[in-house]
Amino acid sequence: MIAIEEAGAERRTAPGTAVGRIALSARGVRKSFSGRAGKSVHAVDDVSLEVRRGEIYGLLGANGSGKSTLIRVFSTLLEADAGDVRVFGLDVRADERAVQRLINRVSVEASFFKKLSAMENLVYAGRLYGVAAAEVRDRARGILKRLGVAEDRLHEPLEKLSRGMQQKVAIARAFLTSPMLLLLDEPTTGLDIRSKREVQTFVRDLREQHDATIVLTTHDLDEAERLSDRIGVIHSGRLVAEGSAEELKERHGARDLEEAFMSLTGRRLEEADKGDDEARP
Amino acid sequence: MIELRAQGGLAYAFVERQVALMRRYWLWELVWVIYSITTSLSVAYIGLAQPIITGTETDAATTSRFVLYLLVGTIAWRFLGIVFEDIAELIAWERWEGTIEHTFMAPVPRITQLLGMAVGTIVRASVISVAVLFAVMLFIPVDLSKANAVSAFALLGVGTLAFIGLGIASACFPLMWTEKGLQMAYIVQAVVLLVSGVYYPTTVLPGALQAISVISPATYVIEGMRRALIDGADIGSLWPLAWPALLIGLVSIPLGLRLFLAAEHHAKRTGRLKRSG
Repeated sequence: MIAIEEAGAERRTAPGTAVGRIALSARGVRKSFSGRAGKSVHAVDDVSLEVRRGEIYGLLGANGSGKSTLIRVFSTLLEADAGDVRVFGLDVRADERAVQRLINRVSVEASFFKKLSAMENLVYAGRLYGVAAAEVRDRARGILKRLGVAEDRLHEPLEKLSRGMQQKVAIARAFLTSPMLLLLDEPTTGLDIRSKREVQTFVRDLREQHDATIVLTTHDLDEAERLSDRIGVIHSGRLVAEGSAEELKERHGARDLEEAFMSLTGRRLEEADKGDDEARP
Repeated sequence: MIELRAQGGLAYAFVERQVALMRRYWLWELVWVIYSITTSLSVAYIGLAQPIITGTETDAATTSRFVLYLLVGTIAWRFLGIVFEDIAELIAWERWEGTIEHTFMAPVPRITQLLGMAVGTIVRASVISVAVLFAVMLFIPVDLSKANAVSAFALLGVGTLAFIGLGIASACFPLMWTEKGLQMAYIVQAVVLLVSGVYYPTTVLPGALQAISVISPATYVIEGMRRALIDGADIGSLWPLAWPALLIGLVSIPLGLRLFLAAEHHAKRTGRLKRSG
């Protein structure tokens, strides 16, 4: 069994002492699913972590490592079998509606009504969070302009936009509601290099300009290092290490994050991705 | 009051979405309207052909009454069927679009979402049903000289409540069984069609099916609408048919909502609240 590493003295003093500074806390979270032939698969296995307000926390792991399951638990879409998850001190189960008002999520697939235009989708999303249509339109134009989406594309059916454009609209949708905690589940997967960089710059800028806390899952080492203040490495459902990219490299005598990941999991990230993809049902 | 207005705003999101989807899928809606017109006409022509089929002499008034009898059944069923299907397909539809996670993690109480959906689907069902009614009247002479439209609409309103409840309860199936759940909802709809006297009086059914027809809201609604549109019955005289349908509506909506919340909880525990199930 691989022990969870602690990172930094500040990290150790945070729990319970300054609740207002903790955006997200998870303690002993477990989640299993019934697999083939009734065999139980541990998707998340005793994960504990804390994300400070204003922080970008990267969850780094291969496909099938449990990152997305954890994000789904944080976003109230999945109930953990055990453990406690709090968003700004609110329990995700007991205070579900209040938690939902504080969070938003961008998933790996941009989930939209395909025939509706970007603007129609955004107005709908805004209304769900109590944002007036006129305000949505104003803010959406601003955000999408920054992301390089031309205004005339906003009224085309979403299905006519490229994958990169759709993902940018998904990011705009999440930010429209001014979430205190933003869950980005592999937001740049499948994007071309230029779109990826635009999204990464936008995420960084938003954190600097707004009071947003971001949890980002990725299996892109460069992205994790580029965006995250701290990185949690997740492997086979377990959080096996936590710290800044520099701390992780230093702790494992690694030249780069890839080496640190290999030292922690015994596999290169690419190999782990391939292996897990092949092992999936 | 402020909270009520806020919930109204949230519910409106679903109404607006439904109307926008209708506009964007207009070609499919057109196909559906044409299909509805042709099936309604086919049923009405059975009425017109009744003297030929049975080989009996029938006067024009009797034939006209028979045609109206069938048309009331088919158009009322079309309306109630759309209400039921749109709500029962709610989960399957959101899965197909890929939006289920986004919608279900939004801070919207489920009752607000479902009632917003219901209003949206009533708009859709009304547009389609009115289009069918006018199209059918172009082809077939329909005698509405005695019709009491107010009574008929009142009955339809009561029936709509009951079908909203049935739809909400049936929307649980796709939450519980991702692959076959929707088919189960369609089976519910098919059984209701069989036992409710949509095209014939329920008295012709075998005893077991007649017993089931007692708990179907459509049994009362369609019979009441026939009396209102064919014989001009007023709302007072239709009360014996209205109250059972109303009662089923008042029971089925909260019961359906409770079942839906339980199914949603189950889906969250088992990981089924996602696009691929």
